[in-house]
Amino acid sequence: MSKTQEIVKKITGYHLFWPLFCLVIVLLFNLIKTPTFFDITIQNGVLYGYLIDVLNRSSELIILAVGMTLVVAASGGTDISVGAVSAFAGAVCIFALGTGETYQIPYIFGVLLAVLIGALCGAWNGFLVAKMKIQPMVATLILFTAGRGIAQLITGGNILYVKVDSFKRLGAFLPGVPIPTPIFIAVIVVIVTSLILKKTALGLYIQSVGINAKAAKLVGLNATVIQFLSYVFCGLCAGIAGLIITSRIYSIDANNAGLNIELDAILAVALGGNSLGGGKFSIAGSVIGAITIQALTTSLYAMKVTADQLPVYKAIVVIIIVALQSPELKKWMKHMRVKNSTQNVERVVEQ
Amino acid sequence: MIKKVRERLDGNSFLLMITILLFIALYIAGVLIFSDKNFGKPQVFFNLFINNASLIVAAVGMTMVLITGGIDISIGSVIGMSCMMLAWMMEKQGMNPVVSIVIVLIVGGVFGLVQGFFVAYLKIQPFIVTLAGMFFARGMTAVISSDMISITNETFLKIANSKIYLPFLAIVNKKGNLVYPYIYPSVVIAVVILIVAFIVLRYTAFGRSIYAVGGNEQSALLMGLNVRRTKLKVYVLNGFLAGLAGFVFCLNSCGGFVEQARGFEMEAIASSVIGGTLLTGGVGSVVGSLFGVLIKGTIESLITFQGTLSSWWTKIVIAALLCFFIILQSIFAKLKDKKK
Amino acid sequence: MGEQELLSMRNISKNFPGVKALSHVDFTLRSGEIHALMGENGAGKSTLIKVLTGVEEFETGEIRIAGISRPIVNKSPQEAQLNGISTVYQEVNLCPNLSVAENIFVGRAPRKRGHIDWKRMNQKAREMLGGLNIQIDVTKALENYSVAIQQMVAIARAVDVSAKVLILDEPTASLDEQEVQKLFGVMRQLKSQGVGIIFVTHFLEQVYEVCDCITVLRNGALVGEYRVEELPRVQLVAKMMGKDFDDLATIKKEKTLDKEEAKEVIVKAKQLGCMGKIKPFDLTIHKGEVIGLSGLLGSGRSELARTLYGADKADAGNLEVKANKLHMSMPLQAMKAGMAFCPENRKDEGIIADLSVRENIIIALQAKKGVFKLLSKKEQEAFTDRYIDLLQIKTAHRDVPIKQLSGGNQQKVILGRWLLTQPDFLILDEPTRGIDIGTKTEIQKLVVKLASEGMSVMFISSEIEEMLRTCNRMAILRDGQKVGELEEYELSEENIMKAIAGGGANE
Repeated sequence: MSKTQEIVKKITGYHLFWPLFCLVIVLLFNLIKTPTFFDITIQNGVLYGYLIDVLNRSSELIILAVGMTLVVAASGGTDISVGAVSAFAGAVCIFALGTGETYQIPYIFGVLLAVLIGALCGAWNGFLVAKMKIQPMVATLILFTAGRGIAQLITGGNILYVKVDSFKRLGAFLPGVPIPTPIFIAVIVVIVTSLILKKTALGLYIQSVGINAKAAKLVGLNATVIQFLSYVFCGLCAGIAGLIITSRIYSIDANNAGLNIELDAILAVALGGNSLGGGKFSIAGSVIGAITIQALTTSLYAMKVTADQLPVYKAIVVIIIVALQSPELKKWMKHMRVKNSTQNVERVVEQ
Repeated sequence: MIKKVRERLDGNSFLLMITILLFIALYIAGVLIFSDKNFGKPQVFFNLFINNASLIVAAVGMTMVLITGGIDISIGSVIGMSCMMLAWMMEKQGMNPVVSIVIVLIVGGVFGLVQGFFVAYLKIQPFIVTLAGMFFARGMTAVISSDMISITNETFLKIANSKIYLPFLAIVNKKGNLVYPYIYPSVVIAVVILIVAFIVLRYTAFGRSIYAVGGNEQSALLMGLNVRRTKLKVYVLNGFLAGLAGFVFCLNSCGGFVEQARGFEMEAIASSVIGGTLLTGGVGSVVGSLFGVLIKGTIESLITFQGTLSSWWTKIVIAALLCFFIILQSIFAKLKDKKK
Repeated sequence: MGEQELLSMRNISKNFPGVKALSHVDFTLRSGEIHALMGENGAGKSTLIKVLTGVEEFETGEIRIAGISRPIVNKSPQEAQLNGISTVYQEVNLCPNLSVAENIFVGRAPRKRGHIDWKRMNQKAREMLGGLNIQIDVTKALENYSVAIQQMVAIARAVDVSAKVLILDEPTASLDEQEVQKLFGVMRQLKSQGVGIIFVTHFLEQVYEVCDCITVLRNGALVGEYRVEELPRVQLVAKMMGKDFDDLATIKKEKTLDKEEAKEVIVKAKQLGCMGKIKPFDLTIHKGEVIGLSGLLGSGRSELARTLYGADKADAGNLEVKANKLHMSMPLQAMKAGMAFCPENRKDEGIIADLSVRENIIIALQAKKGVFKLLSKKEQEAFTDRYIDLLQIKTAHRDVPIKQLSGGNQQKVILGRWLLTQPDFLILDEPTRGIDIGTKTEIQKLVVKLASEGMSVMFISSEIEEMLRTCNRMAILRDGQKVGELEEYELSEENIMKAIAGGGANE
């Protein structure tokens, strides 16, 4: 009895248990509803199936969630500008590449430009948060408001289309490769980030600053620089995500590209078991969170829920998850349990 | 003299003064630059209120929430949902407009009650709670109807379109007739709410406890204030005002559709911040927020009058102003720290 | 004198898990009396106050207050207020964003037709503060005023809410001389109105200036109640430290003098200072020496250490480490110069709670090495195991979060963290506070051993025995200023206490 309890405790104590549990529930639900959910077939030389679709569609969310994780961990706040920054970066990229039959500048420069714009926006946010000590949400509210405005300024308010075919590859398929490119990019971002965090002391630094900034300063860490860098990185991720988003539809609609994706990214971080108060974090958790959100979305679509009704279900999931994590609720439940058990004891005594 | 003025003004009223001066400066600039296009006409000024009546109502609620140190990002969705509910109840169910409006206000209040419970009693971060609220309300809007519903109810339209002429500031038009400026009932609602909120915040124990809770929650508790109940009340009030803002919005749009009032919450937050409200809580005033709204409205009018500038300039200019005020606030906060 | 009893606490006991916080303590306050409550850390002062104000419950004993026939039990600060007991803390518990008048009246403002009557409120506030000789604009936000004024506003509120017993908990810690005098004026004013004031402080001068009575606590027990004029300063210090002064006088210094060879200078501070924290001081620290910083709490001992380390940025004077001038703007530079610093407040500034023991140990070395030279897992584990072993840290595993360890073991982890960086100069600020006797002794032994191996150590503690056991030399601090040094041959409890108390032969 106690042995199994111990094992159960060990399993549920594993930091990725709950995020994985949520994901498995969603997937199982899918399997029951749509038996073909896990089928993967090859059509026209590329992989095809629900599962591939979930992974493909969650790519930009994964990338943003990775950046958001670091921002949350280091500063205990969220970056609400990533959606707008994505649109901004995408707009700059397409504007620079041009809408003609050929690119105005080499493709790679366009890509670099988008990433650079993202990083610059991140640096601005980081400056406000780390140096000027402005609350993260307020600081990023500026670019949240301005980002799409500037993007529209660049596009002249029009939806710009790219006519060169190779532009679509980033959001679709590379020639001869059966796996969608966004999945590759997401995997690369996750691996590179994990490597940086594992092979340097950065991960340790970020956690230390996020958990106890005062103590971190006394052991010689520069909290300002570390927070700043996490925002730069988050902006960089937003730039990459912007590239994928624009490439998927080979156009930029500055008003709608990446709309509300920042909320999903924050949600992914929370679903991944990361505290929004900062400190210890798990990139893997956030990735699982992002996939869960997309899987939920896909399965609800499969159940004929329309896109605009989807938020209702998302809201219910969010509220259940955060309520379960609320220390106040735990206190109440404990209180109730103690009450119950004392009642039980009393009953036993009476008998 | 200047020293005396500076002594009277502490950092916060100084910020408010900058906001008001900025509004006046923008407006005068408009009058001078677009004198040929009659920017100076009184009606232009009243149009600021007509176009932003619902934002004023929403910003009043938001300001109260921000003063407690919280935030509510659900109000845009609640406004969208309220419009849709009004349209659906009157058009699809044939309900009486007054009953529909009352129901919308109650739903808004209940929405705030639930969110307030999660924030005040379960101590979950307001951002996350109201994020869920935002999703929920927007989704429910679509559940009610994913198609646009236009309101044709005559009583409702009559209220929406009845011009109230003001008995002053008349000007002579080209034909030589006296023309009085007018407003719509929506403006009356907004102004009444503004005045009531001003009085509540300044002259009632509830209003002052909102400031106390935002200033220092621990101290407020030690002074014997019921912090949790104060917070709950504020969220309920804000939910109610969001419902009311929805009604006012609907008076303008006369219809409901899923994407309505998207991003409205951020406009309300931006207006409050420009009006001198600190997101850390404890500082802010509805008067400031009114001027925040008016500044946004003036910028929009200026851009419209200019004619060649596109609408997105509004966003950029607002963001620049936001940036200016946030950095100013941060500098003030640093100065204050140094003084101690 | 000989006024009526206002408050009496009899036979009060209170246990925290494993600690007897208060045992059978009596305390009496008479009307029109300023009564100092004194004692070193852990003496039980704050527990007594908390019990009285309803923040903590007590187990035995009774509290009586004049005008109420039954013994009272306060369950919350509000209830204490209703019974006539108000507290003003060092960190003022008011709302900085509200006006002065509002802070006095929040929750009970005068009304007119249901509305708050601002005119009358401001008028009343002005009168009330005027009664305390404070003329300020009561309509301005509280945050515009100095801490001193804020405290007096808090006092005005407290007295107005319930005018019987006023507790001032370390009110003067952040005030300058002038402000202190103003506060004393207010206190005397209230005294003449018959208010009983409990004054908790560490400043001896102030006790002798303003108080009538002193109650001394030590280790949770009552030492005694004395009239101020009957208790000389040195004896007060002796009572607080737990030595009878007459006994002390007979203790002779028995330590042998060390070899008088010229030792290498490690740290040399010249007129180093930090505004508002520590007045400029000179200090020289030699190789292999344990220098103690002695003084009562709030005397500036932690501040001196923090300024040396660069945790608080010095704004005057200069600092040389091993003959190199050091311009410090952040701790990393101090670390690279060979310094290490265990802060006083372990929970807020020491441990990184959610990280493991291993991460907590290697973090300082890692920060010193830089971000790109990550210590391999193997190295990390080896280092961790070495210090777990060396310091006998009791932990289930090296990857357990540090927050799960006991206080003593957390302290050892932090010691290990700094020893790993192999410093030349180690600053220990209250390293033994709140940990068990066994660990205390271990840490003391370790300090002596480290010094004999050539490390210089700065040791700060409230316990004189501990300092005597470990230190070669001692700097004395009083009221934010370094006031003297004691050489090894001068070190005795008597001399130290005299120096701390001031006005003695060592001045």
